[in-house]
Amino acid sequence: MEQPAYQNPLRTGAIRPAELLPWLAAGSGFFLFPDYLQLGAQILIMVLFAMSLDMILGYAGIVSLGHAALFGTGAYTAGILSAHVGWSEPLSGLVIAGLVAGVVGFVCGAVILYTRGLTLLMLTLAVTILLQELANEQEHWTGGDDGLQGVVMEPLFGVFEFDLYGQTAYLYALAVLFVMFLAARAIVNSSFGQSLRGIRENERRMHAIGCPVYRQMLRAYTIAAVMAGVAGALLAQTTEFVALDVLSFERSGDVMIMLILGGTGRLYGAFIGAPLYMILQDQLAKLSPEYWLFGIGALLVATILYAPEGMLGLTERLRAWATREDS
Amino acid sequence: MSDALLEVRDLSKSFGALVVADAVSLSLRPGARHALIGPNGAGKTTLVNLITGTVEPSAGVILLDGHDITHWPQARRVKRGLARTFQINTLFRGLSVLENVCMAVSERRSLSARLWRRADARGDVIAEAMALLESVKLDEDAQRQVRELPYGRQRLVELAIALGLHPKVLLLDEPAAGVPSTESHVLLEAVEALSESIAVLMIEHDMDIVFRFAQRITVLVSGAILTEGTPAEVGADPRVREVYLGENAELRGGSR
Ligand SMILES: Nc1ncnc2c1ncn2[C@@H]1O[C@H](COP(=O)(O)OP(=O)(O)O)[C@@H](O)[C@H]1O
Ligand SMILES: [Mg+2]
Repeated sequence: MEQPAYQNPLRTGAIRPAELLPWLAAGSGFFLFPDYLQLGAQILIMVLFAMSLDMILGYAGIVSLGHAALFGTGAYTAGILSAHVGWSEPLSGLVIAGLVAGVVGFVCGAVILYTRGLTLLMLTLAVTILLQELANEQEHWTGGDDGLQGVVMEPLFGVFEFDLYGQTAYLYALAVLFVMFLAARAIVNSSFGQSLRGIRENERRMHAIGCPVYRQMLRAYTIAAVMAGVAGALLAQTTEFVALDVLSFERSGDVMIMLILGGTGRLYGAFIGAPLYMILQDQLAKLSPEYWLFGIGALLVATILYAPEGMLGLTERLRAWATREDS
Repeated sequence: MSDALLEVRDLSKSFGALVVADAVSLSLRPGARHALIGPNGAGKTTLVNLITGTVEPSAGVILLDGHDITHWPQARRVKRGLARTFQINTLFRGLSVLENVCMAVSERRSLSARLWRRADARGDVIAEAMALLESVKLDEDAQRQVRELPYGRQRLVELAIALGLHPKVLLLDEPAAGVPSTESHVLLEAVEALSESIAVLMIEHDMDIVFRFAQRITVLVSGAILTEGTPAEVGADPRVREVYLGENAELRGGSR
């Protein structure tokens, strides 16, 4: 393969040194905050969840308020596998949960992706509400309002027990996130990912160059569904519990706020937004249990007004500005 | 007429009570250089939309290279060699000029379903896109975002994207609208350099461009064909003069 004479410096798929930062941070977090590994694992899970939303929102431009439907599907699949089927081997449970969420995503996507804008938004919302109601009704399977009890996990690889401190949980979540991230990174930098960007930028033109837009969007939606399902399954496995709120509107909203805070269409936005949101939530809730949401809301408003491309977009702009000053 | 690349028979379309295409028939052979002119609101853009499949006709038949494509989805027509440009820039504004053209090239090469290989490692796609950009004198701007370019240069990206599809039939909707006259020659030269095997239909208001480009001219008025003929015939037709008499300023000005 000859070396291309021209590359786009903005969007090249080459690995940049800054990309190592989140992984160094996540890795050192294991040693620096041994008392917070349970929270840490949940943060990593939400990073994965937000990253899956970025696939459809940031790349394909599909605005969904029902992404929790896929997260919840993964969570309940993994939970029910263990609690009712007795299938408690974590890795295979994770794979099955991802596949089930993928199938659900494919079927839902096949319907909702015929629509756009507000209709699409409402349909994604409706699907989540329907699933939550279903989970609420099917108490025998899901535990209903009380949540799904009796989830137990066998040791990872038959060796590593899920301990009380969350050490195994943290490393497990980190490893799964890393694998999923590598896949997502390859996908968004591929010709397919480029085509998704095209759909977000100008759908009419994509039709006019012969792109099967619907098919591409459905592919992206299904891939994101698998990732969201895996994230949900991780939560069920590492907490050995599934509550109805995995399917809640709030969870869909939270993950969208996380992504917007971090920045969409960058994959790494999730790595900034999810920890920022969850640590803020943790700290603000201690500070003022009643008004922490106010703090989050103010931050969101400030982000949308002053950093519409999120924290990552802001740092990119600052860096561009600084280098311009230098020269 | 069976050797026509594109054939439109009795195509009709109304928006409510407004008839925008009234039994329009048109035929383009390989090598055709055909201009479509007519006053604003005559239905020229709608005709392009009908042919490319963004608007469903009420009646009539469209044949592309012998295939009845009247009810084909848009993407399938493009894969069969039908490409268009837009009267108003319809570009990927947040992407670079090069990425805009690469989008068309990789779609034509059916790469857009490839999930794993990096797009920026496809040297062949990038080289082809760069060659196209050179042909419209945009190679210097390859790395710039489209939205940073002046509107007139964005028009050239419009054309480059369509050329990247390797069309057999190319429909140009007022390609020179918004291009400074000092730069429109780049556009015309790129169109004139196209292979003799492809057919080009150009909607254009600027009569200098029309007469330089066209072998045949169709005049559309209120959705119906007023006349069709060589530039000399159409230029001498008193009815055409009548239609344009009050519209002369607009005709020359190339407004939308
Ligand atoms: N989607 C649409 N719905 C309703 N009316 C339309 C639509 N598209 C075009 N028209 C109308 O059809 C007429 C022809 O428009 P158009 O094809 O753009 O003309 P031209 O390109 O010749 O200027 C105009 O009166 C326009 O307002
Ligand atoms: Mg028009």
